[in-house]
Amino acid sequence: MALCQTSIAKPFNPANHPQALLDGDQTLWMGRFQAMASDCEVLMEGLNQSQALELLTRITQETWRIEAKYSRYREDSVVTAINSSGGQEIELDPETCALIDFADHCFQLSDGKFDITSGVLRKVWRFDGGKGVPNADAINPLLRVVGWSRVKWCSPRLCLPKGMEIDLGGLGKEYAVDRALLLAVQMQVSVSQSSYVINFGGDIACTGLRLNRQPWRIGVESANRESDTAATLELGSGAVATSGDARRYVMYKGKRLPHILNPLTGWPVEGAPHAVSVAADSCMQAGLLSTLAMLHGDQAEAFLDAQDLKYWVQR
Amino acid sequence: MQLKQGDKHMNRDSVPQAETSIKNISKALAAASCSALAAVAAPAMADGTPGEWDFDVATLYYSESDSRVMAIEPVFSATRNYDEGESLNLKAVFDVLTGASPNGATPSDSVQTFTRPSGSGSYDVAAGEAPLDDTFKDTRVALSATWAAPLNSDWAYSSGVYASNEYDYFSLGVNGGITRYLNQKNTTLNFGMSLENDWIEPVGTVPLGLSEMPHQSSPTYDADREASRESADDSKTIVDLLFGVTQVIDRSTLMQFNYGISLADGYLNDPYKLLSVIDDTAGPGYGTNLQDANGNNIYIYEQRPDSRVKHSLYWQVKHALDSGDIVDASYRFMFDDWGITSHTLEASYQWRWDGAYLEPHVRYYQQSEADFYQRFVDASDYNSGAPNFKEASADYRLGELTSYTVGAKFGWMMAGGNEANVRVDYMLQSNDGDQGYGALASQDLYPDTDALILTFGYSF
Repeated sequence: MALCQTSIAKPFNPANHPQALLDGDQTLWMGRFQAMASDCEVLMEGLNQSQALELLTRITQETWRIEAKYSRYREDSVVTAINSSGGQEIELDPETCALIDFADHCFQLSDGKFDITSGVLRKVWRFDGGKGVPNADAINPLLRVVGWSRVKWCSPRLCLPKGMEIDLGGLGKEYAVDRALLLAVQMQVSVSQSSYVINFGGDIACTGLRLNRQPWRIGVESANRESDTAATLELGSGAVATSGDARRYVMYKGKRLPHILNPLTGWPVEGAPHAVSVAADSCMQAGLLSTLAMLHGDQAEAFLDAQDLKYWVQR
Repeated sequence: MQLKQGDKHMNRDSVPQAETSIKNISKALAAASCSALAAVAAPAMADGTPGEWDFDVATLYYSESDSRVMAIEPVFSATRNYDEGESLNLKAVFDVLTGASPNGATPSDSVQTFTRPSGSGSYDVAAGEAPLDDTFKDTRVALSATWAAPLNSDWAYSSGVYASNEYDYFSLGVNGGITRYLNQKNTTLNFGMSLENDWIEPVGTVPLGLSEMPHQSSPTYDADREASRESADDSKTIVDLLFGVTQVIDRSTLMQFNYGISLADGYLNDPYKLLSVIDDTAGPGYGTNLQDANGNNIYIYEQRPDSRVKHSLYWQVKHALDSGDIVDASYRFMFDDWGITSHTLEASYQWRWDGAYLEPHVRYYQQSEADFYQRFVDASDYNSGAPNFKEASADYRLGELTSYTVGAKFGWMMAGGNEANVRVDYMLQSNDGDQGYGALASQDLYPDTDALILTFGYSF
């Protein structure tokens, strides 16, 4: 056996993240890695170490794959290819088509409030807690390149008018959580007495109750970091996603405007809560609803009440 | 508070707001997110990270209890997976065998002398001992390469080449397979085919089937030997076809059913196997070796049919228990046109716990003898060299045979996710058949064989 050279199968890691780490024992394993500017955690109950390591590796790999494919900072990403298409029609792969279809649905369902072309507005807004707001001369030209209704989308062909950009950042993390959950469910098929939680920076999904038939209790950082209280969330099925970040705001006329931008006006949404968490079947669904609740400003609760789902609002 | 669109850049006392509408969209979103997630199949849990080589090394030690045969077989296997689901497997197997193997002759109450297959020199077997050919030494190298790839979401194929070489044997094969997934991959249909050609160049050339083994002490040895030779080499062709169905029964149960047919054509003899001719005439020599004019025992070379059609049916079920343990059971039924039928039952149970598993297993194998199998040849059938039969073999592998194997495999995960495993098997094999007559009846014609098999494996 002297010939054996140990080599650990390394996941495809284009962003050069640190290696994933696995902690814990036979009762509960916790895997951690970095992706999409978040701490990603995978809780695994009922697995042995090799199974836990295997699942963590699969999830890390899948998450890093999604990150690289849809990052707008990478030259070789699909999003960069779309944004640099220069008004030419391009044909997209099935996975991207499905995500664009989802974004299209969200645009229709939200009457234009959720818009993957609105990312350009961030160029003029700085949510660093300061007082600088852009003037109309800065915002108005950008509004001309915002609006999903101007994009020609007939799956699998997309034609993005010149000057416009798309950003799947509002979907990517939730999509990655749901995909990671699929891998956990696959593992559950072979190890039926097992249970899992995926938590990517507060976007959470689980396979069901814990092995002791109790819900998972997950500590989530309070959106309001000035208070030390961390909320504890109980999750026995489905997913939870949170929108809002107390650190990212701009002061305007004594009011604190959150970083959520309304694509129809180019302005932050007044009266939006600090954070909104929504529980739903999938993380993509929960994420969208929490984002839309924020976009509803002071009517966030009214909007959430109409959804018939469990939610938490921090104001 | 709502503003008209036109006002939004004028009035800076409040932040411009778009029209707000409250409606329930969660159901529609649920459906939309479902279809977004289902667009691409989840990456398979099977091992194999694209762009990396996975290696398996294992060494098998086989040792028969009376140190008859000892074998060491190192295996090296490397698999590379590619992004689109393709995989390439390269495998090398080395076999080193030493020891002595039964030459087919019966034990006798007097010393027996056998000419070595090469024709130069001879060896003696003591009275009452099982005749073993102690020149049994072999080194084998086998290399294979297999390429497997999906064609689309419903179809996949594989193809491969194979070559193996021994000092007296060369084998070359090609194979191909096609897989069809049905029913959301809950059902898998397989069709496989392989074609193999073997060239054999026995030590001392190919003996003529049913001819008499020449004795070196014979004054006519050179002529006798010449008369017992058929050719310098020979060959055979084997075609295998396999049809298989794998069905996912439920979340934790998998069932497989295969039918295989194997067609072999050409030289199917074992050139080193003999049969003893036994005197069946009542008298003092009854049950002893028939002797020729020079007083040498008569042994003849075996002769098998030149074709064989083998059918096999295989059923396997794998079930994962709630505890994570895995139960595996299988049954194989084989029958061929040589008159052999065999049954193989195997079962294993895998206990899994933190970073390790223990897998005890049992195997039972039973086969009936081939139509032309005979432990020895009666002198009356031998008919002074004009035998009244066309085929005969005393190879114990074609006789009535039962074997039991019990063993266990222990595997553990090492740092970095590499797996090491060790497997121990004990096999007990017994043959049965015609017990002989006269002097022969006191000989043990069917000694049991037992063997210890140790395997060490490492995956990285």
